Amino acid sequence: MKEQDIAILEQKFQEKIDNDIKIEPNDWMPDAYRNTLIRQISQHAHSEIVGMLPEGNWITRAPNLRRKAVLLAKVQDEAGHGLYLYSATETLGADREQTIDDLHSGVAKYSSIFNYPTLSWADMGAVGWLVDGAAIMNQVPLCRCSYGPYARAMVRVCKEESFHQRQGFEIMMKLAAGTPEQKEMAQDALNRFWWPAIMMFGPNDAESKHTAQSMKWKIKRHTNDELRQQFIDVTVPQAELIGLTIPDPLLKFNEATGHYEHGPIDWDEFWEVVKGNGPCNKDRVDARRKAKENGLWVRQAALAHAEKKKLRKQAS
Amino acid sequence: MNSLFEYLLRLGDDSLILGHRLSEWCGHGPILEEDIAMTNISLDFIGQTTTILELAGQVEGKGRTNDDLAFLRFDKEYRNLLLVEQPNTDFGFTMMRQFLFDAYRKPLFEALMKSNNKQLAAIAEKSLKETKYHLRHSSEWVIRLGDGTEESHSRIQESLDTLWRYTGELFFSNEVDAELTESGVLPDMSGIEAEWKQTVDEVFAMATLTIPESPWKFEGGRIGKHSEHLGYILTELQYMQRAYPNMEW
Repeated sequence: MKEQDIAILEQKFQEKIDNDIKIEPNDWMPDAYRNTLIRQISQHAHSEIVGMLPEGNWITRAPNLRRKAVLLAKVQDEAGHGLYLYSATETLGADREQTIDDLHSGVAKYSSIFNYPTLSWADMGAVGWLVDGAAIMNQVPLCRCSYGPYARAMVRVCKEESFHQRQGFEIMMKLAAGTPEQKEMAQDALNRFWWPAIMMFGPNDAESKHTAQSMKWKIKRHTNDELRQQFIDVTVPQAELIGLTIPDPLLKFNEATGHYEHGPIDWDEFWEVVKGNGPCNKDRVDARRKAKENGLWVRQAALAHAEKKKLRKQAS
Repeated sequence: MNSLFEYLLRLGDDSLILGHRLSEWCGHGPILEEDIAMTNISLDFIGQTTTILELAGQVEGKGRTNDDLAFLRFDKEYRNLLLVEQPNTDFGFTMMRQFLFDAYRKPLFEALMKSNNKQLAAIAEKSLKETKYHLRHSSEWVIRLGDGTEESHSRIQESLDTLWRYTGELFFSNEVDAELTESGVLPDMSGIEAEWKQTVDEVFAMATLTIPESPWKFEGGRIGKHSEHLGYILTELQYMQRAYPNMEW
């Protein structure tokens, strides 16, 4: 294709986006747009799948039948989200297995929050409340993302995430109103998950290399810092409501701006975990790789059986 | 002995322990779709446990809740089959264990729908819908793995060889059954074993699997004599309730 033709296509593409017309799988799109989406959506899918592990860690130890059922349902939802999202990457021409192999080889990333361990039952509360809460902040604007299949997947995902956030908060509420041991368990979980949760929004705007282009393409609607601020403003009063303390001595409400101001984020820790040096990076990726390796004979058998069945049908 | 209570524990504990085993797969399945399926089936079992043990608590009349029964008994007070407490081992083993159980549960619930105890009949009716789906799922996998590759065939045959010894217990019967039959709580159960055997034979024929000839039949779960595995299951299952007694979650 001539450069001039590409320029015209690009212009039409951007006009569509500017007019809030969704881009669909068969529409022309610039390679960079396609690649950005594949990267972002597969990263999102991997986060859902890896995210099953820290919560799956407590299913067999859930404290009662109701909590066990809710946690199972929640983790199952995450798997379902992973499935829609891998399907969304396939609409862009990505290969699901290749995408998964990229996760296993460390080429593809996932949300760093899942590289922290879940050490007590209260972590199920903290993860639901904070991690799913932060995810909602990120994902609600994605319901208006310019790429149709991603936007539509997000509508359903957000409905479920909102239930997850509430179940997490409910766990924390119950613990905070419980015995001193339970309250301490809740506070300890908050202490461990607060900073990683607010790091989930990614680096400060000045450091974020993808933000400007993604906003022009309407893949992203708000900057990392805007979303982080929104999350903090919503979450701090929730912690106060149940009598837990945000582990940030510099946190204060600014009457003039109407926003909370927070202390400095330890970006060294953030980048270390992104690079693979978090407490559970190796465990998480190993667990996923092992699941795939141990399942190889099962997948081969399913394919072989399907092939035999087809041949038998043709023969009869 | 309160026979109905005892019988409900059998039903509830089978669901609880098998649900526990299946939930161990969560996040580790061979493909994402199966991860979802196993978690979903586990969830059905935990749902069944909730209603069955709630009824058991009412029948017992000592004020115990379904959570008290699920989390605060000692190993010899559990009444589940030895089959359901066997470890997951691999996906094929898990599907074989599931199939042998589902093929038994379906005719069992069909029979229990005719119980003169309305609550039990209602539980059976609701659970049957789930069980039919579980049986379809596990049968399909047994067939796929049996018929699939040389490796999958030998693995699933080995699973069958190991698990077959626990199937005799599916049809365990003692004075509890006799008393409940007498009072009409248990309808005629005589056809269950034959129906189970028919399902098993049909599926194994399609899966090209052979039933082992070993005469060994293990039982004990129904009277509280379990394998070594149950203790570890309970260690995890009961961890929170034992470590933090008398708290609400």
